[in-house]
Amino acid sequence: MSNQESMNRVRAGLARRYAAERRFRMYGVIAILLSLAFLLMLFVSIIGNGYTAFQQTYIKLDVNFDPAMLDPTGSGDMKIINRTGDFQGVIKQALRDAFPGVTKRGDKRNLYGLVSGGAGFELRDRLHADPGLMGRTVSIWVTADAEIDMVVKGHIDREVPEDDRRVKDQTIAWIDALVAEDRLEKRFNITFFTAGDSRNPEQAGIWGAAVGSVYTLIVTLVLSFPIGVAAAIYLEEFAPTNRFTDFIEVNINNLAAVPSIVFGLLGLAVFINFFGMPRSAPMVGGLVLTLMTLPTIIIASRAALKSVPPSIREAALGIGASKMQMVFHHVLPLAMPGMLTGAIIGMAQALGETAPLLMIGMVAFIVDIPGGVFDPSTVLPVQIYLWADSPERAFVERTSAAIMVLLAFLVTMNALAVLLRKRFEKRW
Amino acid sequence: MKTTSLLLTAAIAAAFSANVNAAGRDYVSIVGSSTVYPFATVVAEHFGKTSEYKTPKIESTGSGGGLKLFCAGVGVEHPDITNASRRIKKSEYDQCQGNGVKDIVEVKIGYDGIAVANSKEAPRFELTRKDLFLALAKQVPGEKEGELIDNPYTTWKQVNASLPDIKIEVLGPPPTSGTRDAFAELAMEGGCKKIDWIHDMKKKDKKAYKAICHTIREDGAYIEAGENDNLIVQKLAANPNALGVFGFSFLEENADKIQGSTVDGIAPEFDSIADGSYPVSRPLFFYVKKAHVDSVPGIRGYIAEFTSEKAWGDEGYLSERGLIPMPKEERAKFAKDAADLTPLAM
Repeated sequence: MSNQESMNRVRAGLARRYAAERRFRMYGVIAILLSLAFLLMLFVSIIGNGYTAFQQTYIKLDVNFDPAMLDPTGSGDMKIINRTGDFQGVIKQALRDAFPGVTKRGDKRNLYGLVSGGAGFELRDRLHADPGLMGRTVSIWVTADAEIDMVVKGHIDREVPEDDRRVKDQTIAWIDALVAEDRLEKRFNITFFTAGDSRNPEQAGIWGAAVGSVYTLIVTLVLSFPIGVAAAIYLEEFAPTNRFTDFIEVNINNLAAVPSIVFGLLGLAVFINFFGMPRSAPMVGGLVLTLMTLPTIIIASRAALKSVPPSIREAALGIGASKMQMVFHHVLPLAMPGMLTGAIIGMAQALGETAPLLMIGMVAFIVDIPGGVFDPSTVLPVQIYLWADSPERAFVERTSAAIMVLLAFLVTMNALAVLLRKRFEKRW
Repeated sequence: MKTTSLLLTAAIAAAFSANVNAAGRDYVSIVGSSTVYPFATVVAEHFGKTSEYKTPKIESTGSGGGLKLFCAGVGVEHPDITNASRRIKKSEYDQCQGNGVKDIVEVKIGYDGIAVANSKEAPRFELTRKDLFLALAKQVPGEKEGELIDNPYTTWKQVNASLPDIKIEVLGPPPTSGTRDAFAELAMEGGCKKIDWIHDMKKKDKKAYKAICHTIREDGAYIEAGENDNLIVQKLAANPNALGVFGFSFLEENADKIQGSTVDGIAPEFDSIADGSYPVSRPLFFYVKKAHVDSVPGIRGYIAEFTSEKAWGDEGYLSERGLIPMPKEERAKFAKDAADLTPLAM
């Protein structure tokens, strides 16, 4: 074949090869656009459903802290007042004063439904903070009931015939009257970020689950990072290459692909049934998630160690460092950013996990904010699952809001991983 | 390196000190039915806020799973109370006895209705239990007596000429759900025994009878929509031709979007479930481990809160959540038994 001939052949195929390349690029762009579109759909639906949950309706009432109702024995002792004081009764009195026209028993019951069933506890806390309120009449913003909140936010349609609505015309008239007097407004929903779970949507918050998640992740990190890094260092730097280490390597790779529920079953059998640890504790959750994230961390750490060039090892050994000194003084610091990235990605994975926690009892209704790793607690994704399954309408928006909080956590963690890599990673 | 090994040691030490921590428990541990869960959690929250005790911890494990955990033994690592959307079975009771859980206190808390509902955009269905059985059973009686054929019906009109000419499409809970068990037992079996020769079979061959009456078709007409009742409600609102099966409290909360079908001429309403005329309703229970009452603080208080009139009474806060209260005399009886911790005999 002459030179000319082969040039002709190349030219003849050129257009086709360019076209193939353009097509391939186009496929890539389509794939990215498609995934972006799905992501956008997800965000639009979650944020569209959930952003209203960051606001909550409050009602201003002129509350009389009547000693006759709050402290009938006249003891002045906060402990007795806490237990026997009729705080909800005080609120009912304030509502009756605000709507003197309501006299029928059934109507009164509906009227009391304007404010949250937990509003009495808000008053109690108010009185706790300032005992001087006793006996005075004060204007106080109390949390409105979740159904009132739904009407104000437009989630309950006023146009639907009255019989089909949970909120009746009478109540809607009261709401409009309160709005006209500037006694009803939407404010930032602090409760959502400070309270534990509750069956009253307006009293429910994400804080208990967030604290549970933090405890669980601390246990996971404290256990899985040192163990994972140590395992990686040994396997990569010290272990001889033989059948046995090959076997271990295959197993670690396999473990990374085991469905997480299996780790939950293991946790139930070993930690709870054999070691007798308490159910629903972040300690056990952390242990189970440690098992789950270990393979991820080991694999990432080994990759990080592998990427350190051999010349650095040889130089260290060449000037007389022991093998251990070589690893800990030279190789490990260079591999650390990669290891940390792996650890953070493992943690992010653990943060979003629910299935293994189901088996060890962390899917539970827990009101009190956990105070330690042995207190019963739940975690963010479980809280989302529990709210998604609640009948009350107001939990729909709270579910989406909780998803947003979880996503914010995840984005922060992943951003941290990227930042660490960008800042500390060395390239050779 | 030093800090790492220190952390490691600390973590391992913490892991093994867990036993010490588990020795005493200062909160009530409750497991059991997902149907009772919405009611038990409300009571627990009230109890936690108004007493000096901690708020009980409630896990939703399903009735069967709850009883299994409950019957595993006596001691703080085992739950104190289990909720159930059906009565404890003899086999479960025996298992409890075998594991040393001798005295069990049964508390009936009220009733729950199972609604068959569709979107408000479509006309209301007027069903009978027999319609439900014929539309949803895997095998239905053929032309001859004693003959069973694979369910041939594809539209409601074929099942019963008075029903609309719409494809049979029912969204309901999966087999793991207590709601599904109760639906099979109350609605399907209720319709099934209206057919004489099947009814006669009950005495002769109970197993075969149950297999016919309780087996739901798997050819796509019954769609398992997961345990999440909210999801079923959303799907019904989007698809006016579908029917859904779920707990009454979800129907009540979403009355602006969906409507309950009448069953045997009775609509699923608060009053009709309370007086027992609505056929697809069931009692709900919780069971207390008597051996724990004095060792775990708060159990007595929790029982008292649950059985108080302000909780389970006609106008109590549980009725607002969709629990159908028992008649007054029955409440008084169970409240007394609960307060005296009268053990269950089986």
